[in-house]
Amino acid sequence: METPMAEKTWKDIETGFVVETPGGARAYRTGDWRSQKPVYDKERCVKCGVCYMFCPDAAIRIMEDGYVDVNEYYCKGCGICARECWTGAFTMVPLSGSEKKEAKK
Amino acid sequence: MGKREGLEVSLAVAEAVKLARADVIAAYPITPQTHIVEKLSEMVAEGELDAESITVESEHSALSACLGSAAAGARTFTATSGQGLELMHEVVYIASSMRLPIVMAEANRALSAPLSVWGDHSDVMAVRDTGWVQIFCESGQDAFDLTLWAFRAAEDKRVLFPVMVNLDGFHLTHVVEPIIIEDQAAVDAYLPPNDFPVPLDPRKPVNMGTFAPPHIYSEIKKSQEVAFQGTRPVLRELLDDFAKHFGRKYNFVETYKADDAETLILTMGSYSQTASVAVDELRAKGRKVGQVRIRLWRPFPFDELRAAVRNAKRLVILDRAIASGTSSPVATEVRSALYNEEKRSKIASIVAGLGGRDILPEQFVEIIERGEKIADEGQKEPFEMYGVRG
Repeated sequence: METPMAEKTWKDIETGFVVETPGGARAYRTGDWRSQKPVYDKERCVKCGVCYMFCPDAAIRIMEDGYVDVNEYYCKGCGICARECWTGAFTMVPLSGSEKKEAKK
Repeated sequence: MGKREGLEVSLAVAEAVKLARADVIAAYPITPQTHIVEKLSEMVAEGELDAESITVESEHSALSACLGSAAAGARTFTATSGQGLELMHEVVYIASSMRLPIVMAEANRALSAPLSVWGDHSDVMAVRDTGWVQIFCESGQDAFDLTLWAFRAAEDKRVLFPVMVNLDGFHLTHVVEPIIIEDQAAVDAYLPPNDFPVPLDPRKPVNMGTFAPPHIYSEIKKSQEVAFQGTRPVLRELLDDFAKHFGRKYNFVETYKADDAETLILTMGSYSQTASVAVDELRAKGRKVGQVRIRLWRPFPFDELRAAVRNAKRLVILDRAIASGTSSPVATEVRSALYNEEKRSKIASIVAGLGGRDILPEQFVEIIERGEKIADEGQKEPFEMYGVRG
């Protein structure tokens, strides 16, 4: 198993900091950056997909029935989905103390 | 055997790049570097050189294209000057941090404002701490030789840092000199094909140029710096190797009539040869004057410099650049190299030859004599400018 990044010494660094194992961004949890989260109201959703197109982290996916799902592992809570949604289907809600703790895990 | 030809120095650099069989050239024309890339694009267009010549919209793009090309394992060359080097600035750091063996010919030029296309060292001094190997030429032969050497050095697996070959704008780039152009077989025997250790390859994907959070950035920078400081013995060995192949020996620091000299004039770049004439004139008058020329500027050759100036009473250090708000670049470096020495020479820091102004041999005599006086009296100001009216 590869040494976790935070335990590597300077001698463990590959020349030019080349990372030989691809897919690091997939494992990296950007969801723990957020201080607020989008709350989705399915009743208001018209399945237009504008949130999916604007999400800068591709954290929103369109499901088979046309409604959307937010992947909280990657969602940084930027609020662009809420800003762009025509019908106000997303509301940005500040994370509670326990949710912030949870997100850090 | 090589052939001795009368050739403009810029064209000799282009010949060296061609003989090195460069794969990719990405550059933007800028005076006084233009003839180098102009000649290379002509060579590519005429089918004399099998390379990609990438025309770009700016120097920032030129060096960015070089990053990709070098990362793919292609032998990569660029050339720039003055404002162009400044426009490249952020990418200059990226090339060295990613350990990409790019070779750059840098036609040293003054910086705006006021606009000046003429030569001095202001441009390279703004990138002196970027982690590139930086070497200075004094003649056209140097420029040809050190361009070849730069590929060998940059691509050596014990080095893997980009190399900047500095040649003074106009005073070198635009003069015609007799230059030995080595033949292809000799260059092929000297310079093995580039074998970049982890090239971009879709069959084995890797991440390059990724981001680094606080928990790893310091480790990465230390590993880079230890590697860079550690290139000195390899670079020394590679200069010896060049001499074995071609019979011309270059050193990190060169000396001229320095052994018994009480005063040493310390120079870097094309003016070094003019300064040697002044040294001869003063020697003819019985004065114990000699010369030290710094050839390798980064990594700084501390040991060689200390050895070269050990016995001198005075050092007169000539800079062709101002480091605004402090003392001039070469003098600062030399002072810090000598600070912990028990026996230190007295230093006079003089700035001259800015923006392409000539320094004639008789003016070098004046500089040396003025420098001796300053050194003996103790320099009060960070530096003195020579030859400024008023």
